[in-house]
Amino acid sequence: MEILYKILIDPFVQMVAAPDLLAQVVWEGLVGGVLYALIALGFVLIFKASGVFNFAQGIMVVFAAMTLVGVYEILRGFGVYPTDLAAYLALALTFCVMLVLAVAVERLVLRPLVNQPDIILFMATFGLTYFLIGFGELLFGGNPKVMIAEQLHLPRGAIELKILGGFVSLQKVDIAAAVVASIMVIMLAVFFQSTRIGRALRAVADSHKAALSVGISLEQIWVIVWFAAGVVAVITGIMWGARSQVEFSLQVIALKALPVLILGGFTSIPGAVVGGVVIGVGEKLGEFYWGPLIGSGIESWLAYVIALLFLLFRPQGLFGEKIIERV
Amino acid sequence: MLYRECGQYKTSYEADQAVFPILQDRIGIATILVVAFIILPLTASNFVISSVLIPLLVFSLAAIGLNILTGYTGLISLGTGGFMGVGAYACYKLTTAWPDVNVVVLIVSSGVFSAAIGVLFGLPSLRIKGFYLAVATLAAQFFLSWCFIRIAWLYNNNVSGAIEVPTRSMFGVAITGPTADPVTRYLVTLVIVVAMTWVASNLIHGRIGRMWMAVRDMDIAAELIGIELYQTKLLAFAVSSFYCGVAGALMVFLWLGAAEADSFNIDQSFLVLFMVIIGGLGSLIGSFLGAAFIWGLPIMLRAAPAFFGLSIHAATVEHLQFMIVGALIIFFLIVEPHGLARLWQIGKQKLRVWPFPY
Repeated sequence: MEILYKILIDPFVQMVAAPDLLAQVVWEGLVGGVLYALIALGFVLIFKASGVFNFAQGIMVVFAAMTLVGVYEILRGFGVYPTDLAAYLALALTFCVMLVLAVAVERLVLRPLVNQPDIILFMATFGLTYFLIGFGELLFGGNPKVMIAEQLHLPRGAIELKILGGFVSLQKVDIAAAVVASIMVIMLAVFFQSTRIGRALRAVADSHKAALSVGISLEQIWVIVWFAAGVVAVITGIMWGARSQVEFSLQVIALKALPVLILGGFTSIPGAVVGGVVIGVGEKLGEFYWGPLIGSGIESWLAYVIALLFLLFRPQGLFGEKIIERV
Repeated sequence: MLYRECGQYKTSYEADQAVFPILQDRIGIATILVVAFIILPLTASNFVISSVLIPLLVFSLAAIGLNILTGYTGLISLGTGGFMGVGAYACYKLTTAWPDVNVVVLIVSSGVFSAAIGVLFGLPSLRIKGFYLAVATLAAQFFLSWCFIRIAWLYNNNVSGAIEVPTRSMFGVAITGPTADPVTRYLVTLVIVVAMTWVASNLIHGRIGRMWMAVRDMDIAAELIGIELYQTKLLAFAVSSFYCGVAGALMVFLWLGAAEADSFNIDQSFLVLFMVIIGGLGSLIGSFLGAAFIWGLPIMLRAAPAFFGLSIHAATVEHLQFMIVGALIIFFLIVEPHGLARLWQIGKQKLRVWPFPY
């Protein structure tokens, strides 16, 4: 009885007793969820268009962030002044680097592996991850760097709200991240639904051979979609880096995107956002209110258990396409 | 020309269905066993035995375990590291609780615990398929990693959180612990690995292996012809986790001599998965070849600059190693997606018709 009370009733009592704390935890969860959603967005883009689960998305985020900071430092070294000119120039150059990366990946990894089974392509992205880790560390060194948030005019400081009987503090950079993520999601959704290239991308995701027979150039499509994922990776890198440092260990965050993708469905852009928010809030609430019962640090696996429970009832995720199997 | 089977007639069904029907194959296996049991312990240096051969055997066993699950039954699993850890910690608890029992018996018994945990995390496999099942096994991996840190009973409430292997001996010779000789440890590992590979080979070539392969190829059709899906998948999880558990116990007891919770993290799972994919999904020899490739390559890369007389900064060598391993994985997948085992099969086929091209 005692245990049942502790698990089922006490956390809710605690939530109601300190509603400002609840609001703070939910806000933190939302912020975390938005950041997960940004990473998941990169995965969804590539999966939607080429059927490849790009494990290298995590390292692409780190690589993009490192490139941004590195190029900014080089530009400052050349004496480019004022700082925001250097920052935005660095941003443009980083986009160019991601385009070059997209072209290289398409030529060297995707083109030779056309029509291979999915697990082979998945493993190829593993190889790509290892390669980018080594390459990035070689170019930029292994030390953590500070994201150029100020120079990019990202807002700093926090807004304090006096609601619900207490204080809730919202970091301005988190609000900016949420706004940027929403804008990106809307733009990407419009892109996929309404433009010719978006339709071509969806066609390629359905079947490579059929898309080829209709005259869609697979190579161009793949370059476009990997470049789009690269752009998403840059934005994600900026947002993640602004909250903490930019370092190579950040790439394991990619694994956290998996429960988000499970919840939202692998091919749905709004699904990635909804899944991210659900996982983020669920994780934080679970860690804060139920965590002390079991032992702290349950954040590392709670997201997966949430995703697992979801899978048992709805295997295709909230927004994913139903899997039809034929014998 | 070398590999012809002309003149080798079979006069009974058993002889025809043997795993190695061709005489040249049998001679090859005998040679490999002689080299492994007799020549290598006598000629290899202690460094090669401790740092190359023993880990190779341990990872081959883990790769066989993962191959049974992913290669033969088609259930993608990313929880290998966690299952290896369960075996290792189980063996540690068993040997500290019963110090007089033979440690080899305990190593093999610790696989049972790993199999039980594997079945537990394999329960979702009836509802969930393919890539989504990988997420379930990832949940297992992260949960087990958390358990290894949180549950202090597992490492006997040791302050450091790490486990250290006590000295155990057999027939008066120390097998585990700091005083054990590398050759002794190598021979014990070799015996266990050879015995378990033989069991795996029999399983795979028999009825159970065919059930697993039917589930992999098309599970709905397998159910239609009467194969019980749930039992087959759970059996695959159980056997696979058993092998991974024993591999984990071997890793801690006969190779490293100590372990901490971080030794069985997600990187270990990915490492074994690489070995299985590069070696060839669904092939026993592929497990060995993949383990040799993935384990041996960084060692060769590290030794290469000194070999060629170049002096490169150690950190740079590390980065270059990552780059080369990644590039080679991609290269291998492009050249032969079915892995090294397929290359070996092609080689054997060429040998059969040599000097003709086909």
